[in-house]
Order: sequence, then structure tokens, then C-alpha cells
Amino acid sequence: MDYKNVKKPNNGDWAVEANGLVKVFGDNKAVDGVNLNVKAGSIYGVLGPNGAGKTTTIRMLATLLRPDAGSARIFGHDVLKESQIVRQLIGVTGQYASVDESLSATENLVIFSRLLGLGRAEAKKKAADLLEEFGLTEAAKRPLKNFSGGMRRRLDLAASLIAQPPLIFLDEPTTGLDPRTRAQMWDTIRRLVKTGSTVLLTTQYLDEADQLADRIAVIDRGHVVAEGTVDELKHSVGISSLQLRVQNQSDIEIARDTVEHVLQVQATLTSEAAKITAPMANADLVTDLLIALREKGITLSEVSVQKPTLDEVFLTITGHGVEEKTKEAGTETKRAEAVNV
Amino acid sequence: MSTSVKTGQLKNHTSFIQSLRNSLTMAYRGVLKIRRTPEQLFDVTLQPIIFTLMFTYIFGGAISGDVQSYLPVIIPGILVQTVITTSIVTGVQLREDMDKGVFDRFKSLPIARIAPLAGALLADTIRYTIATVLTFSMGFIMGYRPDGGIGSVILAALLVILVSWSMSWIFAFFGVISRTASSVQGISMLVLFPLTFMSNAFVPAETMPKWLQWFVNINPVSHVVSAVRELTNSGTVGSDLVWSLVGAAIIVAVFAPITVRAYMRRT
Repeated sequence: MDYKNVKKPNNGDWAVEANGLVKVFGDNKAVDGVNLNVKAGSIYGVLGPNGAGKTTTIRMLATLLRPDAGSARIFGHDVLKESQIVRQLIGVTGQYASVDESLSATENLVIFSRLLGLGRAEAKKKAADLLEEFGLTEAAKRPLKNFSGGMRRRLDLAASLIAQPPLIFLDEPTTGLDPRTRAQMWDTIRRLVKTGSTVLLTTQYLDEADQLADRIAVIDRGHVVAEGTVDELKHSVGISSLQLRVQNQSDIEIARDTVEHVLQVQATLTSEAAKITAPMANADLVTDLLIALREKGITLSEVSVQKPTLDEVFLTITGHGVEEKTKEAGTETKRAEAVNV
Repeated sequence: MSTSVKTGQLKNHTSFIQSLRNSLTMAYRGVLKIRRTPEQLFDVTLQPIIFTLMFTYIFGGAISGDVQSYLPVIIPGILVQTVITTSIVTGVQLREDMDKGVFDRFKSLPIARIAPLAGALLADTIRYTIATVLTFSMGFIMGYRPDGGIGSVILAALLVILVSWSMSWIFAFFGVISRTASSVQGISMLVLFPLTFMSNAFVPAETMPKWLQWFVNINPVSHVVSAVRELTNSGTVGSDLVWSLVGAAIIVAVFAPITVRAYMRRT
């Protein structure tokens, strides 16, 4: 199946232009002046922890939520004034599968197809085609209650593709999925873009953004705190970080000074664990550092190297860590790569 | 893919035809849901049976002397009361439904805004039909033989279904503005009890105090009950029918727009 018939939007360059979007819930400024520009035909990742305002931003762009201030255009169409046009250009796959639990997969897709103007026979064919493409044919008639998380997501994505929209919003498409299902989802997303669709996805995982996105916006507390290509962002974070644990809590200040002096970088302290974290731009300098520490008589209890995680991106970009601890797979697998000396 | 979605020119409004088609699709969804979860039909099957039996035998002797002569009075009354009561469920279920993710998808689709609401309300006419048929059947079993004939009975049934559908907009409104499904139930009951009991559904209005009669006589439910009685018992149509239809139209005219607006505002 191909998606060559994707509707041609009338403005070629920008799929999404958001300017100063603001959304306030009570006292909480969920989104506080977000600017986003997404080129048509690209995968754009919005990266941030829970509660950063990712979903709220997507909901505003998808006409599900009215912005309190700012404006947004989808292929040149204003989300407020031309909402019904915008809805014809987008597909939305939510954080929680937006399909009907009490119906079967086929029934869901047939209903969405019918709503999008397909005839009875066409809708049935479309549903069958999509189920086949997403490997759900066997489960087509089963009620969704018995579907696994991955199957539900796939069905949800399938439902977003019925009208072959030129822009697809994917809100945390792989949160809560096992690694295998995650990889399948990534493949599907890549396939989408090859056929000309633009994808705007949100994620909590740096590796997911890394795998998929051409450009990334890092969002925190309702602000875009960094924006650029994956390489640009990684560069700003440092390729890996060095973590040192000192045996004597009292040595930690001297140790930090040494680290900063030798590596020529800013280091951060976690005092309760007597841990020092510093970006490791040049691995070779670590030798010098270890020698310097020995010379000063500082005993280390642990040395490890960690590849960048979302925590580091945040630490570096915002100066504070991810408040809501993300215990998900992304962070865990990175931890496993840590090398103990 | 050879088939592509027909949208033609991009338009920023939905036509009436499209609204109608979308609503019918949503109604189809409602019917599928009822078929999938038949247990949600408990109330419309049990209530007509229990209420008809209960009220007829409790009030029959006291009000009309005996059960037989009370039947032409109570069956239309209990019919209206029961069927309108089942329309509360529309609001409760709408609330539950709206909390699900699928409503987000409906909102993001280029469909008529009113369709998810109108569809749900339309599908619920099945519930009213079941309740109506069962109430008449119970009456028949108990010996009720409407003098108006089968044609008038069908007409009366249609009237009750139409009125309940109109009333369901009120509960749909509560459904849309409330936070939880149980609060919808609570508020709706509060509205419904005075409306159905302070009417001529069970007891002739003449037996009530003057101030209460005043309300009973203007209560739209009384007009519906009278219209149904006229139709089933003598096969005639009078001003009560007109008032019932006017009342139903006013309810829809007021509640449909505010419900849709509240629904659109809610996220």
C-alpha cells in the first residue's frame, strides 16, 4: 500500500507554524509561549518529560484545545479560524489509544472511514487494507478489550491514516510499549514519511527522537528550551557524561574543582550520593583527571561513563533535572551501558 | 491504494447533508455498542415491567375503584414516565463515553460537530422503543384494550419516543457539563422526579391542591400524558398533542445549541 494520494496542501513549505502558543489551566501555565516550525515532509520530535506541555501543544495544533494566546497554522490554515480545514489535513494518534473499546477493530475503522465520507463498501475495504498493513487482520473481529497495548496503538495509528492526511500528530507513540513493538512502531513511522507525510511526534525518550526525528524541540515547563537537528542537540549535551563517586564526602568539593579544572567543563554535584557528573567531550582527558585525583589523595569509590539521557539533556539545557523521574525503558537501557571501573 | 477519501475542495464548514450523514454514522456506532453490551438494556426492559405492575396494583383500587378501569389511565401515564426516565441514561452514558479517548478522535475529524451528540441521542431511541413496546405489552397482558385501535397506539408510541428524545437533550446537556457520570444521574433525577410525578400521569389533577394543579396543568409531561390517553383510548387528536410537540420543539431548540456549545468548549 502506498500513500501517494496524499492531499496536496496549498502551502508547500511549512506543515506547522506555531507562534507564542499559551495554554493556562487554573494556576498552571501548561504551555507558555511555544514556537514551532515544522517543514513539510519531515519528522519533527518534541522531546520533554511528563507535564512539560507536549500533549497540550499537540492538542492545540490538532484543534482539540483552544489556545489562550498565540496562533498556529497548519499548512497555512489557522487552527482557530479554519479549524474544519485543518481537521481535513491532520491525523491524530493520542497518548492513550483513541479508539472505541467496546467495538471490534474492523468496526472502529469502518466507522471512522464512514465519518470521513467513504461509502459502505469502500469503508469495509479500507478497514481490511489497513488491518492487513498493521498486522491486525487476525484480531479484526475481536473486541478491543482483549487487545494488547501495542495492538491498540497500531489500530490507533491505522485509524489516523484512513484519510491519508499530509500531517500526522503522534503523541508519545511508544510510551509503555515493549522494545520489539516499539521498533515496529518506529518502522511504521519511517514508512509514513517516505510517502510524503509530515510527522510531528512527542516523546520522553531521547533515543526515540534520535532514531526518528530530523529536528527536535526540547520542551520544558511549557517553553521550548532548545531546538535543532539531532546532531546539534547532542553536541550541546556532550556525547557522554562522566560520573565519579568519592569515598569521603568531605573530598567532594576538591574533587569537583579538579574535574572542572582538568576537563575544562562545568560539573554538577549530587551531595547525598557524593556523586559528581561532568560532560565528557574528550575521553582522553579522563586519564589526566584520574591521575590528578590520585595526586590529590582523593579515593574514588566508583567511576562510570554514561551516554546522554533525557536527564542530561535537561540538566544541560535547563539547569535543572527532570522532576518527574522517568523510569521507563529508555533511561534504564542507558544505565545498563554504564561501565564500572 | 486506489481509493482515496473524497473531500473535494477544502471547506471550512460542514453541509447539512454531511451533518446528517455523520450523525447517522454515529448512531450506527451507538447501535453497535448496544449490541455489544446488551446488559445496558436492563433498565429499559425491567423498569416497564416492574413499574407497570407495581403502580397499577398499588393505585388501581384507590383511584379508579378497580384495576381494570385504572388501566386506561395508568398505562399512558406509566408509559410517559418510564420512557422519559430511560432518557436519563443518555446523559450518563454520554458522560462516560466522552471521558474515553475516542471522543478526542471524533473532535479531530473533519465531521459535523454535532454528530457525536446527535448520533448518541438517535441511537438511544432504540431504548425508548423497547421501553414503549414493553409497557404496552404489559398493559395488554394485564387486560388493557385501547379503544383507539392499533394505529393510534403506534402514533402514541411515536409521540412518546419523540418526546423522550427531545428530553434526552436536557440530560445530554447535564452529561456534557458534569464532571462525573454519577452526578449526571443525580441532577437528572432531581429534574425528572418533579416533572413526572407532579403531572397527571398517575392521579387525576382534580384531586390535588389548587397550587399544585396549576403546575400540573402547565407541566409539559401532563400534556404528553393527556395526548397519549386521547390517542390510545379514543383515537382522537387534540390540543394536548400540539402542546406536546411544541414543548418538545422548544426543549430541542434551547438545549441542542447549548449542549453542542458546551460540548465544543469542553476538552
